[in-house]
Amino acid sequence: MIGILALQGNYQAHIKILIGLKIPVKEIRYPDQLIDIDGLIIPGGESTTINDLMKRVGFHDEIKDFSLKKPILGTCAGLIMMSSLIRNDNQLSTLGILDIEVCRNAYGRQADSFIGNVNININEQAFKIKAPFIRAPKIISVGKSIDVIAKCNSDIVVVRSGIHFGLTFHPELSDIAFFHNYIFTKKNELMKENNAA
Amino acid sequence: MPKNENFEVKVGLAEMLKGGVIMDVMNAEQAKQAEQAGAVAVMALERIPALIRKEGGIARASDPQMIKDIQNSVTIPVMAKARIGHFAEAQILEALEVDFIDESEVLTPADEHNHIWKNDFKVPFVCGCRNLGEALRRIGEGAAMIRTKGEPGSGNIVEAVRHMRQVQNEIKGLTVMDQDQLMAAAKNMGAPFSLVQQVAKLGKLPVPNFAAGGIATPADASLMMQLGAETVFVGSGIFMSDDPVPRGKAIVDAVTYYQDAKKLVEISTGLKSAMKGVDMSEIPEAERMQERGW
Repeated sequence: MIGILALQGNYQAHIKILIGLKIPVKEIRYPDQLIDIDGLIIPGGESTTINDLMKRVGFHDEIKDFSLKKPILGTCAGLIMMSSLIRNDNQLSTLGILDIEVCRNAYGRQADSFIGNVNININEQAFKIKAPFIRAPKIISVGKSIDVIAKCNSDIVVVRSGIHFGLTFHPELSDIAFFHNYIFTKKNELMKENNAA
Repeated sequence: MPKNENFEVKVGLAEMLKGGVIMDVMNAEQAKQAEQAGAVAVMALERIPALIRKEGGIARASDPQMIKDIQNSVTIPVMAKARIGHFAEAQILEALEVDFIDESEVLTPADEHNHIWKNDFKVPFVCGCRNLGEALRRIGEGAAMIRTKGEPGSGNIVEAVRHMRQVQNEIKGLTVMDQDQLMAAAKNMGAPFSLVQQVAKLGKLPVPNFAAGGIATPADASLMMQLGAETVFVGSGIFMSDDPVPRGKAIVDAVTYYQDAKKLVEISTGLKSAMKGVDMSEIPEAERMQERGW
């Protein structure tokens, strides 16, 4: 059972992808629901709103604990929440699950949102996808524990840290199930990969 | 960029606003309060609907300086309103790089026959509707988000409920029709046939569907979400109340926990007075904002 943090944002699109993969899914709105799930998605939305709603019911520490054993996928605002540091914002309390520094709305306002060509390179497999970047963040520096999985032009757009993945764009809006499948149907292999590394 | 990709990017932002609250604000100070309360976006306008109703006169797009001040004071998306059919106001708002334009019945219409051709813009548009035909006409013109109109500035949920029920009923109706009935349905509702086919297949609008016009309490927000809204706009309901920030926060919580009545008890407890509101019988038909546009 995979959980989707359903406080705010486009969580329905992720649910649709998981249903397509025949993965059982549960909407998570309270920290105590984390007990029932084997992995978590933090969706896109407005990071200020998601951060605020997380604070109101005490999600921060609970998700940090969860991340010690189980995989988390964050897209866009979800990636911002998983980061260690935000260059242009000191109001948000990020989770520090990914050792990266990000910049919010780094491409600009909605006028600068775009569909990007993403070059993915994972486990010696290389391929391209197209997906929307909506008021997207940029990853401006990565720590030693981080593997860069994909780039769009010269920007890092997918990172991996052990069992956790962060994306600056929205595969779920283009019906791309690759990441959900990779992380959540092969969860056990991912753990092994991680332990081997 | 081909047109369909442009549309995907427009709808993308609407997708990110789901499960949230978009709040009307009149200055940078209110915008900051809205952001603090957890709003997913703010709608910049010179006078909130309740004041427009009270003061009368022509309601136009906002002063660019006021919009810039708001853009500089918050990190969440900033939306602004253009008059129905006033594409020049929309062009100015696009040049200002607002994140969304609301072609809104709250402002005094500029064109009684034509709405803005929104497909020509790069900025996404939201438009109001009272029924499915109106929604699909706006989507046909390029709207990336639909909101049911309700009655702006009324503090009265009854019209918002009427419009949401109407849209949902008509959508359900289409899903059980045979192919040969869809053309007649398109004719009767005055909607583009291809969009009617699409709705019949999807069982929902092809763009996000939000609710507006009369939401004043956490319970109102929960009601609209349970009726099928994917986010709510709160116009006068916050800054016409006695306690804007706590009420704003409470409505944000109510949208997240809309199905949890016990949590809604907690959320609704201890708020000061909601905006007073008006009964529909006190608003003559000619003065109803929802009648603007078609």
